[in-house]
Amino acid sequence: MAERGLASLWVYLAASPLLGLTATLLAYSLAYRLYELAGKRPLLHPVVIAVALLIGFLVFADIHYRDYFAGAQFVHFLLGPATVALAVPLYRQLPKLRRLWAPILITIVFGVSLAALSSVGIAWLLGADLETLRSLAPKSVTAPVAMGISAQLGGLPSLTAVLVVLTGILGAVIGNRLFSWMRCQDDSVKGVAMGITAHGMGTARAFQLSREMGAFSGLAMALSALISAFLVPVLMGLFELT
Amino acid sequence: MNLIYGLTVLLVYQLIGEVSVHALDIPVPGPVVGMALLFLTLLIRGGVTEPVERTAEGLLLHLSLLFVPAGVGMMVHFDRLAAEWLPVLSALVLSTVLTLVSTAWLMRGMQRLFSDPDSRDG
Repeated sequence: MAERGLASLWVYLAASPLLGLTATLLAYSLAYRLYELAGKRPLLHPVVIAVALLIGFLVFADIHYRDYFAGAQFVHFLLGPATVALAVPLYRQLPKLRRLWAPILITIVFGVSLAALSSVGIAWLLGADLETLRSLAPKSVTAPVAMGISAQLGGLPSLTAVLVVLTGILGAVIGNRLFSWMRCQDDSVKGVAMGITAHGMGTARAFQLSREMGAFSGLAMALSALISAFLVPVLMGLFELT
Repeated sequence: MNLIYGLTVLLVYQLIGEVSVHALDIPVPGPVVGMALLFLTLLIRGGVTEPVERTAEGLLLHLSLLFVPAGVGMMVHFDRLAAEWLPVLSALVLSTVLTLVSTAWLMRGMQRLFSDPDSRDG
C-alpha cells in the first residue's frame, strides 16, 4: 500500500540524521533570505527565524530533540573549529591592537566582569535558579565559547545559546541609540563596547555602521572570548556558583 | 584540497587545545586554547597561509548557522523559560544596557588617559 509505504518512509526519515541536518540547512537558508529581504533588521536575525521554524516543525511533526540533534550535530560540531578560526580575524587586527592595547585590555577585563556579574546578580535577586544563573553568566560571549564556558560551569549550553543570541539582538538593536545618547562618536569606542557586550551579532551590526567600528568590534569580541574563558569561571567561583 | 588543508589545521589546533585542557586540568574550553595557540603561531610566523585564512573566513561568515542546533535546544527548556522569564529578561536587558554604556564610557576615558599629547607616537 502506498500509504503504508509513506508512513514507514516517514518513520525511517524522522529517525535518520539526514532529516535533522537537511532541515537545519533549509531553515537557515530560508531565514537568511527573509533577513536579506527585510533589509537585515537585527530583530529578524536568521538564527531567531531558523530556530522558530525548526521548533515549529519538530513540535508539529512530533520529533524528539534528541533525534533532531543526531543530524544537526554535524553543524554543531563546527563550533569548535570556528572558535579556533577566530584567531585569524584577531591576527588581522594586530596593528589596531598594538596602537591601543592598554585601553582595550583594561576595558575588556572590566566589561567581561561587569557583563557576567550584573546579569547573574540581577537574575539572582529576582529568584532565578542555579542552573539558569550558570547558563546566563557567559551571555555576552560569542556563542561557541559561551557554550563551552556554560558546560564548564555546570550550566545548560543549549539555554546559554539562546541567551547569547537574545543578548546579541538586544545589543545590535539598542547599541547605536545608547551611543548617540552618550554623544559618543569615536568608532574605536563604539566598536569595543559593542564587541564586548554583543559579540558576533553586535559586530555584524557595527560593520553596517562603519568598517572601522566593525573591525574594533571584531577585535573586542575575540579578545573578550579569550579573557572570558579564563575569567568567568573564576568570578563564578568567588560567589560559589560553580 | 585547500579546504581540507585549512580545516585540518583548525582541527589539529582544536585537538591540541582539548588535550592540553584535559592534561593540565584548566577550566577553559579546549577550542579557546586552540584559538590562543593559533594566534601565537600566526604572531611567530608573521602571516596567515591562504588555505587557513579562506577556511576561517568561510566558517566565520556563517557563524550564526552553527548555533542553530543548540538554539533549537530551547524547546527542551520551555518550562524553565516560562517559569523564569522575568529574572532572565530583566538580567539580559539591564545587563546589556549597563555593559554597553559603561564599557563605552571607560574606553573613552582610557583612550584620553593613554594618549597624552606629549608621548604620542602617531
